[in-house]
Amino acid sequence: MQTGEHLVRKYDEELETMRSRVLQMGGLVESQVHTALMAFESADMELAQQAIDADKRVNDLEVDVDQMVNYVIVRRQPTAGDLRMITGVAKVITDLERVGDEASKIARAVKWLHEKNDQSRLNRIPDIRNSGEAAASMLRRALDAFARMDPQAAATIIKDDLGIDDRFRAVLRQLITFMMEDPRTISASLDCVWVAKAIERIGDHAKNVAEHVIFISQGWDARHQSLEDVERAVARP
Amino acid sequence: MVSTPAPEVASAEPKGGPLPPIKTEARDLSFYYGSFQALKNLNMPIYQHRVTALIGPSGCGKSTFLRCFNRMHDLYPNNRYEGEIRLLPDDVNLLAKSVDPIEVRMRIGMVFQKPNPFPKTIYENVAYGLRVRGLSSKAMLDDKIEQALRAAALWDEAKDRLQDLAFNLSGGQQQRLCIARALATDPELLLFDEPTSALDPIATASIEELMAGLKEKVTILVVTHNMQQAARVSDYTAYMYLGELMEFGETDQIFIKPKRKETEDYITGRFG
Repeated sequence: MQTGEHLVRKYDEELETMRSRVLQMGGLVESQVHTALMAFESADMELAQQAIDADKRVNDLEVDVDQMVNYVIVRRQPTAGDLRMITGVAKVITDLERVGDEASKIARAVKWLHEKNDQSRLNRIPDIRNSGEAAASMLRRALDAFARMDPQAAATIIKDDLGIDDRFRAVLRQLITFMMEDPRTISASLDCVWVAKAIERIGDHAKNVAEHVIFISQGWDARHQSLEDVERAVARP
Repeated sequence: MVSTPAPEVASAEPKGGPLPPIKTEARDLSFYYGSFQALKNLNMPIYQHRVTALIGPSGCGKSTFLRCFNRMHDLYPNNRYEGEIRLLPDDVNLLAKSVDPIEVRMRIGMVFQKPNPFPKTIYENVAYGLRVRGLSSKAMLDDKIEQALRAAALWDEAKDRLQDLAFNLSGGQQQRLCIARALATDPELLLFDEPTSALDPIATASIEELMAGLKEKVTILVVTHNMQQAARVSDYTAYMYLGELMEFGETDQIFIKPKRKETEDYITGRFG
């Protein structure tokens, strides 16, 4: 909605710095998720450790952006589109930080599986790989939608989350089958449930980011709304 | 100013429940200082027992609009109104020649930017309007003055010094005295023209707190340059620009999601 610059130039600089810091955090989290999924896929302990180590930088950025949010609220008393951007950023970084936590969970599960020396079959369940790829794609597109403030793109992400949820249930069914067929896989299967759940949560957080994008850009709260209502809202000029 | 589309006045639906009743309403209101048109065909409701804030850049006509309500412009020659301001429930046009401006000012009080107590005692300041109305009974005057000072949150500070000169009060107290003076005649509408711009933050907070309580009794229309103040005190906000009403709606809506880009640019500080 906004086109012009603020009369106070410094305000523009502060908002731009905040926005670019969120994207930097998003890039880090995206990479962390990718690394954790690769570590799971290839049972690579080094990659798993990298994903775990990346979490500290993500956490530091969250605190950093949070401080910026407080600073801008105190200094500028934002309104309208600026206010929505700032409250939206505060929520987006919370979701991104939690995506980082989920990536760390995946990486830790990789380590547990390695310790049990029982990953040879379980990490090749196609639905885990597919849902991992889908969640990573959702996250990437949610960050793109944030960068462009594109509510239509955000709506497609909300729709895609339903697919991730379905895949999670399919993975659960497969893992239960493994456990019933061969009780020796129970412990490792439970670790894989953690991985599948973390992937499903990453999808949820990407969806949340997409909802925040719709609120920031359109001033309409897309949370807890039906997909039809969301699609109708973003179709409005 | 390029020609602008119709103002977003229809956006005033409250989030829940029906709209409050209208206390007063501008209908096709224009105002001229000589040949200069300061207000251009304004249509806007003022809802009963609500605070409505008028915001906009200097020279946009918000004070001019405010002063139409109590016929302040009648005090200067060559000023001209067109259109109507209806006061409900009796549906009288406040701008009609047949309506006595003094009577209008009894029903519609005004508080100015700088406290302007009369050079009299605290008691006599509040008693003034009542005496003009013909009230002379000491007991009744005492009673009304206490009520007005209590309503203006000044009674506790002033009750033991009612015979002191009003100028001995602090700026914030003087402003509350002016509010008490306006309240003494039981107005239906109170007009505030930048009521806190000459006050410190503490006195400002006390006036804002007072406005929140006063709206239970009267309808309030306030002009303010301070947008945070408009956001804090008002239920409805109108954004004016170059004599036109650009947008009117619930304050939350105006400050979170204004409908017009012009409003957004102004309240976010992009106005150039």
